[in-house]
Amino acid sequence: MSFISYFINGLSLGSVYALIALGYTMVYGIAKMLNFAHGDVIMVGCYVVFVTVINLHLPVPVGILLSILICTALGVTVERVAYKPLRGASSLAVLITAIGVSYLLQNIALLIFGANMKTFTSVVSIPPLKLAGGRLNITGEALVTVASCVVIMVGLTAFIKKSKAGQAMLAVSEDKGAAQLMGINVNGTIALTFAIGSALAAVAGILLCSTYPSLTPYTGAMPGIKAFVAAVFGGIGSIPGAFVGGLLLGVIENLSKAYISSQMADAIVFAVLIIVLLVKPTGILGRQIHEKV
Amino acid sequence: MDKDNWDKDNMDKDNRDKDNMDKDNMDKDNRDKGNMDKDRKDHLGNNTFRSGLITYGLVVGLYVVMQVLMRLGAVPSLIQGMLVPLCMYVVLAVSLNLTVGILGELSLGHAGFMCVGAFASAVFSLTLVDSPMPAPVRFALAILVGALAAALFGMVVGIPVLRLRGDYLAIVTLAFGEIVKNVINVVYLGFDSGGFHISLKNSASLHLAEGGRVFINGAQGLKGTPQDSGFTAGFILVMLTLAIVLNLVHSRSGRAIMAIRDNRIAAESIGINVTKYKLMAFTISAALAGTAGALYSHNFNPLAATPKNFGYNQSIMILVFVVLGGIGNIRGSVIAALVLTLLPELLRGLSDYRMLIYAIILIVMMIFNWSPSLVAWRERYLPRNLFGGGAHDGKGA
Repeated sequence: MSFISYFINGLSLGSVYALIALGYTMVYGIAKMLNFAHGDVIMVGCYVVFVTVINLHLPVPVGILLSILICTALGVTVERVAYKPLRGASSLAVLITAIGVSYLLQNIALLIFGANMKTFTSVVSIPPLKLAGGRLNITGEALVTVASCVVIMVGLTAFIKKSKAGQAMLAVSEDKGAAQLMGINVNGTIALTFAIGSALAAVAGILLCSTYPSLTPYTGAMPGIKAFVAAVFGGIGSIPGAFVGGLLLGVIENLSKAYISSQMADAIVFAVLIIVLLVKPTGILGRQIHEKV
Repeated sequence: MDKDNWDKDNMDKDNRDKDNMDKDNMDKDNRDKGNMDKDRKDHLGNNTFRSGLITYGLVVGLYVVMQVLMRLGAVPSLIQGMLVPLCMYVVLAVSLNLTVGILGELSLGHAGFMCVGAFASAVFSLTLVDSPMPAPVRFALAILVGALAAALFGMVVGIPVLRLRGDYLAIVTLAFGEIVKNVINVVYLGFDSGGFHISLKNSASLHLAEGGRVFINGAQGLKGTPQDSGFTAGFILVMLTLAIVLNLVHSRSGRAIMAIRDNRIAAESIGINVTKYKLMAFTISAALAGTAGALYSHNFNPLAATPKNFGYNQSIMILVFVVLGGIGNIRGSVIAALVLTLLPELLRGLSDYRMLIYAIILIVMMIFNWSPSLVAWRERYLPRNLFGGGAHDGKGA
């Protein structure tokens, strides 16, 4: 029974990773850049909810909505100011700029809120689900996290498959130049991708902080890196890949914490990643890229 | 500047070649090739020699100036305390540039190799701390041990991993660095008359004999490493690193490595052993990071593997030095490592705002240096020499 509860907690953590990984993977697919500042958008989202709901006592839905809006605006602004001028430059240059943005966000948060840990209160008010005569206890947070991840996943897939904007995203990720020739607004599409990714990061951050209620300016860094690993795990650029990768990563991390060693959990996660990449060099669901000579 | 001329010459020659295509083709081709070889040797030969001298001269000059200033007592203790870290960062930046700039592979695990070198060399020194060996000899050997250990890890990681490309290689090296840091934090290592004892549980389960010592105490790390490193040792290490990397770059192997960077398939098709040269560059880069680790572990006590010193943030910091200094530009790495290590200290007067300003400077510099439209603007309106010297043509030394 304890195995099942570890597994479910793993799924819940994995759902958070999957949501963050979606942002990584979409941005990578479309702009071919590793957005290292993505993890820090999570942190910003958490602080917004912290201020609005806990300090200002606004209702929870308002706080969540504000958080999503602010993160979306932040994502689009960062793209416009820092990444857009570098379009066409070496990918390393963009990577370092993203790292600069990450430092910037962390230090702004540090200036405003200080380095002290803030205690976050859960935004979920659903009572825990008791199964098997009370032996299996599933928290409300876990339920909400997994459910919202599945809903977002389905919604996002439908958006990309059915809507015009979604098709434009696919086209831009396939071939930027050709997409432009077909009349697609490439810059607008890239901005939209950043907006969606950042909104998902806000949701992921709120869910993460509801489950693990501590908030510092560096809260987003490690989940960000793990989600990046999850995106690579599933095959970077692939949306179902991010989902599968995130869930697998969360489950592996939680099970190794429970059964092997809590200190070694991160090392085990990274070791599994290395093994997966050695067997399938483009991730679980990644496309094989054939090189043209 | 020279390079541009040389490109233009080349182009002219190409055109001429085309015009005279049908007239005694073979003969002319041969003659041109001879000329080209001669040209290239003159240009590159002088250039590399001069730019190498400038790089060495820069380091020697800074060392002498610092020594004089220290004799005069004009150096604040804050800066004195930073001399060894400065040398360390220079070594790390130059060695990472070998992987990123010369080999052309993105590595985010450089701090992992440094960690391996730091702990291996510290354990070596601790083992010999009671022996009559003089400290400089012991430290030199410790650096060697650190380099060998890091090289070993570099090779073990490199053989499977260098098959991956681009961002996948980056993430695997990042994962490697995190694994090293994580594993060091749970290892307990002791030494007694019966040799080394190792455990993953706690120091009691090492079962040390009478008089045995615990070297690595899990997350608390390592205590009592002799503090052998110093500014002079760091300086020597920087010079050695420069000598190794610059000589490698201008050797036959170095040209093979750069050929792989520029076009792997073409390099392979003319018979360059891609795996061998990739592994060579990666291993040397790892070994040099190991020596920097040895410098670090003999300077700070106690030594523990924290996210701050050996985490991915450190690897990224070193990468920032390399990219800002100019990818493939060794002298640029030296300067960027010095400036960017000192910058947060110089901004210390701004206390809380210093990292914020550092971040803004980083972003602005990157956009200014790399934005395609700004690069075009600069080439049009600014005198070339101001930003010449090929900061990002990947060919400077």
